[in-house]
Amino acid sequence: MADFLIRDRDLGFLLHQHLGIDGLLDRPRFRGQGRESYDAILETARRIAAEKFRPHNRASDLEEPRVENGRVVVHPEIGPAIAAFSEAGFAAAHHDEALGGMQLPWVVTQAAFAYFQAANLATVAYPFLTIAAGNLIAAHGTESQKARFLPPLMDGRFFGTMMLSEPHAGSSLSDVRSTASPCDDGRYALTGTKMWISGGEHELAENIVHLVLARTPGAPPGVKGLSLFLVPRYRLEEDGNPGADNGVVLAGLNHKMGYRGTVNTVINLGETEPCIGELIGEEHRGLTYMFHMMNEARIGVGSGAVAQAYTGYLHSLDYARTRPQGRHPDGKDPASPQIPLIEHADIRRMLLLQKAVAEGGLALCLEAALLVDDQRTHPDEAVRRDAGLLLDFLTPILKSFLSDRALEANDAAIQIHGGAGYTRDFPVEQFWRDNRLNPIHEGANGIQAIDLMGRKLGQADGGSFTLFLDSIAGTVGDARAIDAFAGHAAALEETTSRFRRLAEQVLPELRQEARRTLANASAFMEAAGYITLARAWLAQTVTARRLLSAAEGAEEEAFLNGKIETCGFVFAWLLPRAEPALGLLESGDDTVFRMSVDGF
Amino acid sequence: MKVLVPVKRVIDYNVKVRVKADQTGVELANVKMSMNPFDEISVEEAIRLKEAGTATEVIAVSLGAQQCQETIRTALAMGADRGIHVLHDGDLEPLAVAKMLKAVVDKEQPELVILGKQAIDDDANQTGQMLAALLGWGQATFASKIEMGAGEAKVTREIDGGLETISLKLPAIVTTDLRLNEPRYASLPNIMKAKKKPIDQFSPADLGVDPAPRLETLKVEEPAKREAGVTVADVAELVSKLRTEAKVI
Repeated sequence: MADFLIRDRDLGFLLHQHLGIDGLLDRPRFRGQGRESYDAILETARRIAAEKFRPHNRASDLEEPRVENGRVVVHPEIGPAIAAFSEAGFAAAHHDEALGGMQLPWVVTQAAFAYFQAANLATVAYPFLTIAAGNLIAAHGTESQKARFLPPLMDGRFFGTMMLSEPHAGSSLSDVRSTASPCDDGRYALTGTKMWISGGEHELAENIVHLVLARTPGAPPGVKGLSLFLVPRYRLEEDGNPGADNGVVLAGLNHKMGYRGTVNTVINLGETEPCIGELIGEEHRGLTYMFHMMNEARIGVGSGAVAQAYTGYLHSLDYARTRPQGRHPDGKDPASPQIPLIEHADIRRMLLLQKAVAEGGLALCLEAALLVDDQRTHPDEAVRRDAGLLLDFLTPILKSFLSDRALEANDAAIQIHGGAGYTRDFPVEQFWRDNRLNPIHEGANGIQAIDLMGRKLGQADGGSFTLFLDSIAGTVGDARAIDAFAGHAAALEETTSRFRRLAEQVLPELRQEARRTLANASAFMEAAGYITLARAWLAQTVTARRLLSAAEGAEEEAFLNGKIETCGFVFAWLLPRAEPALGLLESGDDTVFRMSVDGF
Repeated sequence: MKVLVPVKRVIDYNVKVRVKADQTGVELANVKMSMNPFDEISVEEAIRLKEAGTATEVIAVSLGAQQCQETIRTALAMGADRGIHVLHDGDLEPLAVAKMLKAVVDKEQPELVILGKQAIDDDANQTGQMLAALLGWGQATFASKIEMGAGEAKVTREIDGGLETISLKLPAIVTTDLRLNEPRYASLPNIMKAKKKPIDQFSPADLGVDPAPRLETLKVEEPAKREAGVTVADVAELVSKLRTEAKVI
């Protein structure tokens, strides 16, 4: 596979054979669609990713965005790549037909997006932000807002952003200070400074639609006083086309270690001239609406991280197969030819780690996307509700556990390349740098752990957690029926039982001593993460085993056996990593909580 | 004006082709297949003629196994109007393909047939020329530019050492070279629309053609592996090796 993105066979395995997405075709929303069309759509995605996104991944890293004569200049291949993405229809694919979309299942669009995320995380960030902004307007905007802003967002004429952070308020949105004062015509005049705004200013689109969190006069303090505003970079003329400047002014660029193709900006609102915005929905409900966008974005962070792990895996796999280096530990004859790196067991360990994270993580992200489809379109109301609850529990795990593991995977890709991996002559160092953002943005990983332990565990009277346990029990049951996997099934069941008992132990502690208990939230996340990953692998392995008897050809057999072998690695090397985390939590250790600030 | 575009299903250009263990051919099981890249250029050119108002209908035709319908669907998703599939399992040689295409041309009466100059699997570069001969039509091979006029086409051809522009009367055969255009991606709305476009199916017998191969494949082998290089001590040794081993000077 010369493009080193996502393996087509793996994606086909996950979508059609493992997740069985053809089952969606019975639902009215997807009627008339079919596997053949889905495969053709994935093929278009792969080609545009390989031909338009991947080629400038390095160049747009070396040539950072800059400001010339007050205008942001980005690498020249970014614009045409996004144009190809929009022209092919990816920005509109999942929307209602009535809005000009195609009503594709979310799981199909997410599978297609994995190719772009593997090819160029920074360039695809622009359309992803635009899609997220469009989704928010579609869900919470007025008919007039939808009519004026959705079509140009869907065909790529306008781009979107989310403006939450401020220089003094990153993770802490309750401290946002930007203000919005009512005008006579029902609109609002905004002032303030926004920080870390990806895609905040550029010439790639005719207009930029900013979704801005700000406070109206007299709003209550904290997050309950935040309202959401739709603020275009250029005011719209009567005909809907961009007109005069709208007081959205670039104050500067942030210079990042990776993800450099995505311009990151500091923006002043209403500094020199009025910045006019429209309220979305009701006042003081801004964060609720924004979380509509954030939850999607968090799953997107997980899948982006996994896609980078995937491409790093394929690059290092190719290097390991083709680079001769050294001899076996017991091969002492210096005159014997060198063996390829992959013949060394420790290199295979690092490849297995990457494969486990990349393929297992992709499986998890696609499962989550399918839950989104179930939540929106399943005919049974109870299933729709349960899909949403389970998704709530999984979202922080996908965001943070997968972004941490994906970074570990990229680290292994560098290590396999040796000194070469540490140079800019090979792409793996960039994958690591680009991927390093993922544990940080869209809610730092520490906050995700607090969210999982402090909120999601007890959510809906433990309903989300129960659904999580049920999904594991289902996989354990399937695996136990196969002799070869009974050991894995028992191991996962035992670790999960321990995790469940622990959860019962900490729930009252969370109510009584939240601060002390949540000091160990990252260990709770580790345990949940490894259990989730192990379940994903055990489920894939059951599918692979089922297909093996009818497999045609050595390559197909190797693919399916590779799944089963990797599952063995996950149970030998990764699931056991949950144990020290569980032990620490069970002991109620409070070392971190008690550590004195002066002692550092 | 109708335009007929033959499209061939071949091993994807990204795939590393492997010879079967029994040396009877190349491995096709579980191998990714896609449209011959030169044929994509043909489809693109035909669609551009339609968008320019010159062509009224673009028909994609493919010959071979049932899965050729996927290749036709790709052409339909790019913008072709309908498809014709000649179902045949087994090898097809250029002459058999040209004969069946002639039968399709007789049926459909297109004024222009645009073919890829060759297919990337067998690199034969014969079908377009054979079809022109069977039909008695003019041909312009290796086209890098096509301009349609009244009853004629002006075609710029890529030839050794430069470009040649010729004018030919319609109906005519054109075969495409790489620089003619950059094929579009099949857009998502067009992929969905392609599902509803019709594909007619025929057998070689329906067309009155016996597709049996005239050639027998004795053995397929991989090219010889490139051997590792050596470092020569001096210029004299290099010259001597070039003379005695490489035999190039």
